[in-house]
Amino acid sequence: MSIRDYVTLRVGGQLFGVDAARVHDVFHPRGLTPVPLSRSEIAGVLNLRGRIVTAVCARRRLGLGPREEGAPEPLAIGLEVHGDSYGLVIDSVDEVLKLDDEKFHAAPGNLPPRWAEIIVGVYQLEKELLIVLDPHTLLDAGHLKAA
Amino acid sequence: MRLCRTCGLKSNLTGYAVDDLIAEFLTETAESLEVVDSELVKFEANPNERKTLDNIFRLVHTVKGTCGFLGLGRLEAVAHAGETLLGRFRDGKLEVTSDAVTLVLHSIDRIKFILSGLESTGNEPDGDDHDLIAQLEAMAEGQAVDISAVQAVEVPDRPIGSEPDPILAPEVVQKEPERNLRPGEVSEAELEAAFAAAEAPDWMNEAVAEVEPELSVSEVAPAPVAAAPVAAKAAPTASDAPAPVMGEDNAIATTQSIRVSVDVLEGLMTLVSEMVLTRNQLLQISRTREDSAFATPLQRLSTLTGELQDSVMKTRMQPIGAAWKKLPRLVRDLSHELGKKIDLVMDGEGTELDRQVLELIRDPLTHMVRNSADHGLEPTAERIELGKPANGTVKLSAFHEGGYIVIRIADNGRGLNTARIREKIIEKALAPRNEVEAMSDQQIHRFIFAPGFSTAAKVTNLSGRGVGMDVVRTNIEQIGGQIDLVSIMGQGTTFTIKIPLTLAIVSALIVGAGGQKFAVPQTSVMELVRTGANAEHKIEKINDALVLRLRDKLLPLVQLGPTMQLEAAQSEDPTFVMVIQVGERRYGLVVNDVLDTEEIVVKPLAGILRSVQAFSGATILGDGSVVLILDPNALSEYAGNIIDEKSAEDGEIVVASTENEKVAMLLFKAGYGAPKAVELAHITRLEHIEVEKIERMDGRAALQYRGKLMPILNVSEGSGLMNEGIQPLLVFTGEGYAMALAVDEIVDVVEDSLSIELSPDRQGVRGTAVVAGRACEILDVDYYQFRGLAEHARKTTTESDAGKVAA
Repeated sequence: MSIRDYVTLRVGGQLFGVDAARVHDVFHPRGLTPVPLSRSEIAGVLNLRGRIVTAVCARRRLGLGPREEGAPEPLAIGLEVHGDSYGLVIDSVDEVLKLDDEKFHAAPGNLPPRWAEIIVGVYQLEKELLIVLDPHTLLDAGHLKAA
Repeated sequence: MRLCRTCGLKSNLTGYAVDDLIAEFLTETAESLEVVDSELVKFEANPNERKTLDNIFRLVHTVKGTCGFLGLGRLEAVAHAGETLLGRFRDGKLEVTSDAVTLVLHSIDRIKFILSGLESTGNEPDGDDHDLIAQLEAMAEGQAVDISAVQAVEVPDRPIGSEPDPILAPEVVQKEPERNLRPGEVSEAELEAAFAAAEAPDWMNEAVAEVEPELSVSEVAPAPVAAAPVAAKAAPTASDAPAPVMGEDNAIATTQSIRVSVDVLEGLMTLVSEMVLTRNQLLQISRTREDSAFATPLQRLSTLTGELQDSVMKTRMQPIGAAWKKLPRLVRDLSHELGKKIDLVMDGEGTELDRQVLELIRDPLTHMVRNSADHGLEPTAERIELGKPANGTVKLSAFHEGGYIVIRIADNGRGLNTARIREKIIEKALAPRNEVEAMSDQQIHRFIFAPGFSTAAKVTNLSGRGVGMDVVRTNIEQIGGQIDLVSIMGQGTTFTIKIPLTLAIVSALIVGAGGQKFAVPQTSVMELVRTGANAEHKIEKINDALVLRLRDKLLPLVQLGPTMQLEAAQSEDPTFVMVIQVGERRYGLVVNDVLDTEEIVVKPLAGILRSVQAFSGATILGDGSVVLILDPNALSEYAGNIIDEKSAEDGEIVVASTENEKVAMLLFKAGYGAPKAVELAHITRLEHIEVEKIERMDGRAALQYRGKLMPILNVSEGSGLMNEGIQPLLVFTGEGYAMALAVDEIVDVVEDSLSIELSPDRQGVRGTAVVAGRACEILDVDYYQFRGLAEHARKTTTESDAGKVAA
């Protein structure tokens, strides 16, 4: 039996989790420079304490609709993939949860392909399901093209 | 015979200490062996050079000594036998033959082979060297030896383009195959493998650019460096190998220098780059506050930062000779294999450039030298038949020009076969037939840089692998360089490469378009032209394509805002056109605003953005905002149907000639056929020279003119120099050179409108026009100037001979 930490977050009302060890920081994505001619998922590039971070919009990546008007300022979690810094732009961050591996399940087979490949698995929490995301496939150029 | 089985110490040193020693040993040996390679070739050419032999001997001796100390028996035995043979040379007891040198080179290859095994596994590979040792010993005894009996070990040289991304260091490729390094980019920490240091500061991730060990052993087998603990330790130490500068003669002399790992230098460089950025930000802030007490110290800090940046840059500079070290050996082997006599002339080895750039051009250069020797030069017999010197020459030269280093690779071989290339272009459908037929030779020649183009009729095991000049061009353009060539049939080919001295920091123009800022590397911007409603230069439309009339030429335009699909661009008025030169292409980039020039540190884009080719990276400006750096090369392709600059120019000539402007023209006779004419403006002087004063050497003519040798060319076949009397010459001068055309008779100078009516039927003629009531052939001055230039390039090698003739 082993316990893992997950940063939980919400995108479009759905609860997601990312392995806490992978999350470098949480920040407000401000001062974004849009990248013309790039895929729609790319929100832009920004300067985060002297590093150039590429912001990727989780809603677009997951094929969800745009944010509602008047929603609070979005947040981003800092992730590193292949040595590059990314910010995954999400609606909000919840708490860090310690979860038991025993409650972990593989992703169900009936997910749309866009979701299936970026999901590691699912936790059954008491109130709802927590979908665990894989930052690697989420932010990998190859997978993005396929999506 | 020398006895050097050093000390019985052998391996009572164990574990970590030995690994360390071996790593150190690998570094040193690799350095030594590179020197031996080139020294031996020198030695073969000049066996009486005592000093060279002493150097070689000492190097091999050192290798051997250290092997014994570390208990590397196999290595020691080979080195020992090699040393014995060298000892015989040194004592003058044995004559230096080509076979003997080949044998010594074989043994050095064997040593490299064993070293590569040592590097990857930490142990000497199993194997038997008795054949080689026996041969070496027999040779040393003065017995006849069949060198072909020795099995030469394969020491593969990394062929260009054989890897997914050939400009990368092999280790980097293996570690992160999906990452494409861009200019100025630095990659993930190779160090982590070596020192499992857990938390490095931020910059460390970027600091450790390709740690390509300078070790030749690593090229013997691009071993998975991180796999073996020994090798992992070897890598960082090994990579500092290029640090000491090896001059020709002081290769072994102790110099006032210390060994510093490249990682440390890269780290320093990154820190300084960040510091420059921070300084820029500070300056930006202070500009907005007038009363600031910080102004003076800040100014001081700014100066110091600049100086620090310069100094750190200097530590990264290396002589280009470091990338040429392997070439003498390469050319020598080629020469043997192909049965051609080849002289390699190197000039400007001391010219310095950033080591990162150096690493990136090493392979392209090797490839080009190999190409020149293999395809460029004719076989010796053919050369003799043609009346050329039996020894073909490949000349490498390097010099600084502005913030660039210019490298030339010239051969005096057969030149490019224009007709063959033309056929090939049509055959491979690289361009439509009618266009190909209208192209100048120069344009045709440039097609050898096109992807998938290879004219080698025969594939040798040295070149003709199907990847060729296109890979070279791509590699060079990726680091912001340019490549061009001039080739004259029967006289040779000269490639010219122009590369920025460093990639880490570039100066850039910050421009605005569509409400967004972009950075454009200044090196590719030729000039800025103000345009707009009231400006002198107006943008005009041909169908939907935009063009700018600039000094009687039509410049195709690319609008930055709309190309970037920025909505705000629709309501903007273009105010500036940046004239951008990429290779032979020239176009104008239309922007809304030019805001600033700034020194920027190029950062690579994240993997997810690499498919967007319009950008070569991003940077943080003084105000803290991130801007994208435009890639001028990719942009020219985004714009699609850009008219080639040359054809735009050609089109222009037709337009110009229909105007009834009168041009002063010189009419003259040369050879048979119609009288000829050339615009007077092109001619610097007319000279009449006594024929006796003209010097001739193997079919070419030259004149001592104002203290220099000026080549004299014939206008066409059938014309030539007179046998006696006074020879009229048309003298043309260009930057740093002069050339003359020999004509039969100068007829007249007339003023007439120049309208070319018939198209040219051969090289050197622009066409036929009616001048002063007579049909005249109009000379293509550019063509002759190219020939004159090529002649000059050739002349520098034969000048001394010519001097003798004159005396």
